Amino acid sequence: MTADRISATFAACAQNGRAAFVAYLMAADPDIETSYLNLVALSEAGADIIELGAPFTDPMADGVAIQKAALRALAAGGSLTVTLELARRFRSVNSKTPLIVMGYANPIHRMGFAAFARAAAEAGVDGVITVDLPPEEDAPLRTELAAHGLAVIRLATPTTTEKRMETVANGSSGFVYYVSVAGVTGAGVGAESDISAGVERARRISKLPVAVGFGVRTPEQAAVFARISDGVVVGSALVEEVRAAVEQGDPGSSVKRISVVAQSLSNAIASARAVRSVH
Amino acid sequence: MTNAAPSGSSTTRPNTWAQWPDANGRFGAFGGRYVAETLMPLVLDLEQEYIRAKADPKFQEEFDWLLEHYVGRPSPMYYAERLTKHFGGAKIYLKRDELNHTGAHKINNCIGQVLLARRMGKTRIIAETGAGQHGVATATICARFGLPCVVFMGETDVERQKPNVFRMKLLGAEIVPVSSDTGTLKDAMNEALRDWVTNVATTFYVIGTAAGPHPYPMLVRDFQSVIGREAREQILKAEGRLPDVLVAAIGGGSNAIGLFHPFLEDESVKMIGVEAGGHGVDTPMHAASLTGGLPGILHGNRTYLLQDEDGQIIDAHSISAGLDYPGIGPEHAFLHETGRATYRTCTDKEALEAFQLCTRLEGIIPALEPAHALARVGDIAKELGKDGLIVMNMCGRGDKDIFAVAGHLGMKI
Repeated sequence: MTADRISATFAACAQNGRAAFVAYLMAADPDIETSYLNLVALSEAGADIIELGAPFTDPMADGVAIQKAALRALAAGGSLTVTLELARRFRSVNSKTPLIVMGYANPIHRMGFAAFARAAAEAGVDGVITVDLPPEEDAPLRTELAAHGLAVIRLATPTTTEKRMETVANGSSGFVYYVSVAGVTGAGVGAESDISAGVERARRISKLPVAVGFGVRTPEQAAVFARISDGVVVGSALVEEVRAAVEQGDPGSSVKRISVVAQSLSNAIASARAVRSVH
Repeated sequence: MTNAAPSGSSTTRPNTWAQWPDANGRFGAFGGRYVAETLMPLVLDLEQEYIRAKADPKFQEEFDWLLEHYVGRPSPMYYAERLTKHFGGAKIYLKRDELNHTGAHKINNCIGQVLLARRMGKTRIIAETGAGQHGVATATICARFGLPCVVFMGETDVERQKPNVFRMKLLGAEIVPVSSDTGTLKDAMNEALRDWVTNVATTFYVIGTAAGPHPYPMLVRDFQSVIGREAREQILKAEGRLPDVLVAAIGGGSNAIGLFHPFLEDESVKMIGVEAGGHGVDTPMHAASLTGGLPGILHGNRTYLLQDEDGQIIDAHSISAGLDYPGIGPEHAFLHETGRATYRTCTDKEALEAFQLCTRLEGIIPALEPAHALARVGDIAKELGKDGLIVMNMCGRGDKDIFAVAGHLGMKI
């Protein structure tokens, strides 16, 4: 399983002529129990792959939405250990949807790379994205994850040159996460033509599926990216639904909210290429 | 060499201390380049540009010229006779970097980095600041070169460092108060990194201390090493010998590494860094990352950090906004682990006492940062005895701190 579950998911989506819907939520946001229900709701609403954010006090690559989600999660008792517990619980009811832990290096470093890889594999996690471990620094973690068959998903960005893409590709597994715009999560979106060229470059050099993320908020944007990539990542827009539920004094209502938003994103992504063929 | 690595060091050590960092930006097991992929190409470019600049006599000439005529270097080496007498032990010299233009050592580094930014064709400068000294120095150089400057500052610090905030505004800088988390230096640094990643094509990030992703710890150290080079020459001239001990305050550690580095090969010279002990290192309220922290990864480098069991960063506390940071430069982590330098702590209360003592005895109002170093100088002077010789870096002046100090002393001004 593990990295294989990711490949199988992309292959199945490709066979159906559509991009994968990759959905992000912060573990333990707004609280541990609701967070679990949100994950289940995501998968039922059509998320093909789930990225589970591990909360960190200093998320310097994230915009305001995910920063606040991390602080809510930490206040609710969230941690890397709790993130893995949530993964395990989700895996016990869902053996199909790949789970990717996305976070920052320090909590993983503190747990120990080997201990983390073992715990993540046992919890049924399929891959890991560590925002602040670029290819030059990820070898110690990569070795441990590889020993358990877990994928190391690396980021490629608009600043990743052709030559550097080879560095990124060499050691990537699962898929390549193409960051649509130089910026933090939830920022604006780059020009479609630039993104398309970046995705092509990543795909050609890595030979892996390429998912596009950062700044995808609406079903319309998701559809645009679904036409030019193998997967569309949506994070901040989902996390904002949790915030809205919390602000209305009803954190439990985030389950319904997420379900509705995820469903519309999923539909847009599933029908994106068919819509284009009509034109 | 007697200063060889202790066994168990994970990397092979080059022959001299001066050769660190290695090609991967490591000082032993510390340092590195832990940044988001978007920044990685830029960080690699910066390293190449710095290597070229170092080999370019014109770059060095311009840097030296500005240090002499704009900053006022060399800063004096001053025999603090009354402090020496007061403590009754070793002779105490103060390296007077508080006399620099803008009132602290920070400007040495800002000039170097802004010259690099110009070489790289960057048109916008950003910086983070805690006490505001680095922000003021950056805003000053940006005014001098006509570059737009944005300074990120925790909102707690904006409140407690009002004079510097106003100074930066006068200099034409835009101040962005950062409210996330505790609103101190680490939050300002997070926000500066977010801005940098968003405006990477046009923007140069002037980091204020010898920390962050490689090559920053190296280049900040190199720009600040003017302190130690001058000090070495001056003390040899004044005393005809090398000092026994160098002392400096440590936040991120740029003034200390600037003083220490040119002496690293001098085996007889001991080095002592003084971390901010806040309410005491046995309480949760301090900023002593070497004394009370563990190795981890934050803000681009692997170094000692204040963190909990889950690897979450713990808020630092210090009376001094300039030391209020939960990490430390990676070269200090390395010097600490190898034992080449040792590190002590000083509480808020001790720093306040040293602040007043220096003001009364020497007529020098120190910044709260070097007041920490001064508090330990008293102990070290006694330990060394009358034959001993100490050089302490007076890295900043205390004008910026008088309002905060008045508050702590229960006075209204």
